[in-house]
Amino acid sequence: MSLSIKEVEHIARLARLELDGSEKEQFTMQLNEILDYVEKLNQLDTSAIEPTAHVIPVHNIFRKDELKPSMDPEEVLANAPDRIGNYFKVPKLLED
Amino acid sequence: MPLNDYEIVIGLEVHAELKTDSKIFCGCTTEFGGEPNSHVCPVCLGLPGVLPVLNEKAMDYTITAGLALNCEISPYSKFDRKQYFYPDLPKAYQISQYNDFLLCKSGWIEVASGNGELKKVRINRVHLEEDAGKTVHSGTGILDSDYGQQDYNRCGVPLIEIVGEPDLRSAQEAKEYLEKLRTLLLYTGISDCKMEEGSLRCDANISLRPKGAKEFGILAEIKNLNSFKAVQSALEYEAERQAELYDKGEKMFKQTRAWDENKGVTVLMRSKEGASDYRYFPEPDLVPMVIDDERLQRLRNTIPELPDSRKRRYMEIWGLPEYDANLISGSRELADYFEAAVKEYGEAKAVSNWVMVELMRLLNQEKIEITAVKITPAALAKMLKLIDAGTISGKIAKTVFEEMFMTGKDPEAIVQEKGLVQISDSGELAAIAKKVIDANPQSAADYLGGKAQALGFLVGQMMKETKGRANPAMVNELLRKELEQRK
Repeated sequence: MSLSIKEVEHIARLARLELDGSEKEQFTMQLNEILDYVEKLNQLDTSAIEPTAHVIPVHNIFRKDELKPSMDPEEVLANAPDRIGNYFKVPKLLED
Repeated sequence: MPLNDYEIVIGLEVHAELKTDSKIFCGCTTEFGGEPNSHVCPVCLGLPGVLPVLNEKAMDYTITAGLALNCEISPYSKFDRKQYFYPDLPKAYQISQYNDFLLCKSGWIEVASGNGELKKVRINRVHLEEDAGKTVHSGTGILDSDYGQQDYNRCGVPLIEIVGEPDLRSAQEAKEYLEKLRTLLLYTGISDCKMEEGSLRCDANISLRPKGAKEFGILAEIKNLNSFKAVQSALEYEAERQAELYDKGEKMFKQTRAWDENKGVTVLMRSKEGASDYRYFPEPDLVPMVIDDERLQRLRNTIPELPDSRKRRYMEIWGLPEYDANLISGSRELADYFEAAVKEYGEAKAVSNWVMVELMRLLNQEKIEITAVKITPAALAKMLKLIDAGTISGKIAKTVFEEMFMTGKDPEAIVQEKGLVQISDSGELAAIAKKVIDANPQSAADYLGGKAQALGFLVGQMMKETKGRANPAMVNELLRKELEQRK
């Protein structure tokens, strides 16, 4: 399995990461090494094994539909990079 | 080529907020509105180190919706993380369900199509997820805003997504489908489905293809459809837009567009990311859900008889016209009210007439919901029995009904209090007839001279004299008798 620089660029874009040329090469190499390592798992025959979504053998952990106090808005906004009143201020949403 | 030569293909994705008290993974309130960012906590803000725990009622409500929409319910289901960046999503992922172990799939509902026939519209799936926050735009709309303001009160409100198959063929059909879906959800009581408060929302996928073509065209997803009217208008607009582009030979691309209600147009939001770009993976903080038969049975029992079945029963067993049956069965509260009154009174037609005409008129006039109406079904039945017994006339009954509507008083009490008892005593009525004829000699002469319509005037005078209380069936007869004697 081999990851191309193009795929690394795509993944970087999805994660909103800016990479320069040498970083792209470096990460492509490193990611490929990781994938090669994981590839080893394919040597095992898993054809008779159910896919696993969760590793812990528990299910149906619920809470009751009951209210608990929320946080104070000042506390909520304490880490906001920018605010307007009690709103978080964020950049505009539409692509140009 | 004209729009008529294209086949319009529409599928709706409908989101409904569940009517739980608390959010899906934390104890914050789901209440609409509130001061911005006052209904949030570390869990729904996605702060590091928190552990979401599923609200059992949210899961049960989702299954209930699935059952009402004829879905298969999975015995095993799980949550997944759907990753994307948007300011209304503080964790940068939404806890949702990938399409491998959904709670509900492969359902259908019946929708009225243009030719009066019912059409089966398939539902791909119903899954449970968390709602995102709300963006308030700085400008007049999404287009001219320099920045957004985020309120996360809605973040984490339990939300079901109902994904319809692309079985709809017109904007009108899409609207019918949405209305039917809303009716069904309201019947099950799992959501209040208020489009104006965003507890029912709709995105539409629409594409065009030449009639007869097998392949689907390239679709656009339309967002920001905030009313039934918006759904229909936006789809009508978008169909025209796409037809024009095809006609010009322009290259189409998959895209997300927003409906601009003020301008009446759809505008490009973004070119669409493919499904794989969301990089779903199983949510490690939440354990799987296992749904057993006991739970399914319990939830099935919470679903009342649904509108289609009621409508059929009203028409076939109670002989109601289709229009009446449709309207009454369209609201669970109204249908329950109607059925309770029929049960008290014993006959459906008279009840439906009063519900359809007088009750509807007063509800609209006073802007009152059926749930707040002061006339109990039993009181309505009692009033109908007063008509049957001849205590009041049908005309007087309208006055009584209005008084009942305004005050909630017992019909018998109103009749006594206001002296509205019908006069059916022939001696008393004959005396009044004499008086009326004496007072209107010209009309009497006209009648006796062969002008039959002069009787109508005298009847009116008698009603006026008795304030409408004279037994109408007896009035004609007595007047005629009295006039004949004066020949």
